[in-house]
Amino acid sequence: MIFNKQILLLTSLLIFAAASILFSLLSGSVDITLAEIAGSILSSESNLNSQVLQEIRIPRTLAAFVTGGLLALSGAIMQVLLRNPLADPYILGISGGAAVGALSAILLGASGFWLSNAAFAGALLSIFLVFGIANQFGDWSVTRLLLTGVVVSAGWGAVINILLTTSSTNNVQSMLFWLMGDLSQSRVNLAHYLLLIVGLAGGLLLSRSLNVLIRGELLAVSLGVNVQALRLLLFFSASVFTATAVTIAGSVGFVGLIIPHMLRLLGARDHRLLIPSCILLGGSFLVIADSLARTIVAPQQLPVGVVTAVIGVPAFILILRSTIRK
Amino acid sequence: MATLQISSLTLEVANRTLCRDLNVQIQPNESWCLLGRNGAGKTTLLHSLIKQRVIDEGSVLLDGKNIADLKQRELARKIGILFQQGIEALPATVFETVMLGRHPHLQSLLLDNEKDIEIAEQALAIFELGSLKERPVDTLSGGELQRLALALLLAQTPEIFLLDEPSNHLDVAFQIKLLTVLTDKVREASASLIMATHDINLASRFCDNIILLLEGGEALVGKCSDVLTEENLSKAYGCPIQSVYSGEHRLFYPA
Repeated sequence: MIFNKQILLLTSLLIFAAASILFSLLSGSVDITLAEIAGSILSSESNLNSQVLQEIRIPRTLAAFVTGGLLALSGAIMQVLLRNPLADPYILGISGGAAVGALSAILLGASGFWLSNAAFAGALLSIFLVFGIANQFGDWSVTRLLLTGVVVSAGWGAVINILLTTSSTNNVQSMLFWLMGDLSQSRVNLAHYLLLIVGLAGGLLLSRSLNVLIRGELLAVSLGVNVQALRLLLFFSASVFTATAVTIAGSVGFVGLIIPHMLRLLGARDHRLLIPSCILLGGSFLVIADSLARTIVAPQQLPVGVVTAVIGVPAFILILRSTIRK
Repeated sequence: MATLQISSLTLEVANRTLCRDLNVQIQPNESWCLLGRNGAGKTTLLHSLIKQRVIDEGSVLLDGKNIADLKQRELARKIGILFQQGIEALPATVFETVMLGRHPHLQSLLLDNEKDIEIAEQALAIFELGSLKERPVDTLSGGELQRLALALLLAQTPEIFLLDEPSNHLDVAFQIKLLTVLTDKVREASASLIMATHDINLASRFCDNIILLLEGGEALVGKCSDVLTEENLSKAYGCPIQSVYSGEHRLFYPA
């Protein structure tokens, strides 16, 4: 068996990822050349441009890549877990919980570290709330989980609206940016990279079981998959990926829903290919969206979540149309 | 080859007893049919053998080991099942689907090994799906899907084949042809087979032994030649059933 097609897709995605990162480093209000990028990375000499790169653009680009990768990975897992094409990383209310945490922190005047921690705490609270309710009688089904998640999500939505309508104009501005996803304050550290690598490795290890599970519970059981244990693992890992992504960048929409679908339409249905592809394309996609978000209306910045939808919708429709014609 | 021992098995659904104190021993090379009315518990019984359903009382032993103690994967290497619902029509190719049958056996993490590919391709060829290898499953007809489900089961190379309504979606010619092919393969491998069906004649044609589920949890177990009688069938189905001989075949029909 020759894996030409798969290798071609992965290679293109790798090149695309590198190109998107380069594009992001080159865009911005200060003009920086390729030579300066190379110089800044290779040598330690310090000038204004290399400072802009080292302290602003590189961290922000890497944050965008990690966030996009985690969201797409989480989306792909949720779609298998819930066997629902509409599933995205936020469907079970994780982003709602994170948003309530983050917005409360903004209301209390917190930013940076405390804002992130509040968002993460909110996400965790939501994960356990949803699972706790769905699992109340010792057995939980995917339908129960989905219904509980959607209901809890709606509850968070109401709290978010209360917070928005009762806050001062100044706070509302930052709250809306957070809600639509915003990378301007985002930084990632070693733990985030590790999580992404663990996600990749774990996803690859489970990829064959995911291939079976997506074809239905009965078939999966008959082919030797411990369905209930696998689902538990999928729920908690996807939740942690989502919670982490939301903590880094707010609820960036669209990436987690559309990237896995795009890749499936492009032929990456097998999870051995889909998992790494999701991380690469999700990361690249968010890097590009964020570059545009901070340059289109410079010196103003758009929330990155707006840009993901603006590029994502037409791109997805194009791919959908081209595959239907075949 | 594996021996399946069903001991004092009791299955209940919503306070209704489907079978009570069922004892059956299934040896290699044996073919069993499982007959009974709608809702008699045929599917539930098959599902309990792959741990898709909990066993209320009694036990099922596979080569002397209680299946409750076996890992799902170990069980899947020995017992395979064709589900009544068949295979869901999703946008995956025929080949990707039949390769799923190798899941319990797969050793390599990412790449498919030659042996698995060869087994999967043989299974496709046996059910005349070789030319449809790259076709998306959601473009197949009902009959093609059923053949794919059978090919997947064959690729799983179990030692005990469970078939739930194998004749679903198949025309008369394919029913005979595919079941002949499958039972030949089962015999070649010295495997055993349990087939749940509504078609008494298909059952008596392909199986030597029978589990006939009656109302109220009773069951008749034995050789087809002893158990498949007008009287027993009439009792099981709650309607008069008669038979005629046509050459070597005995045909049953509702009177």
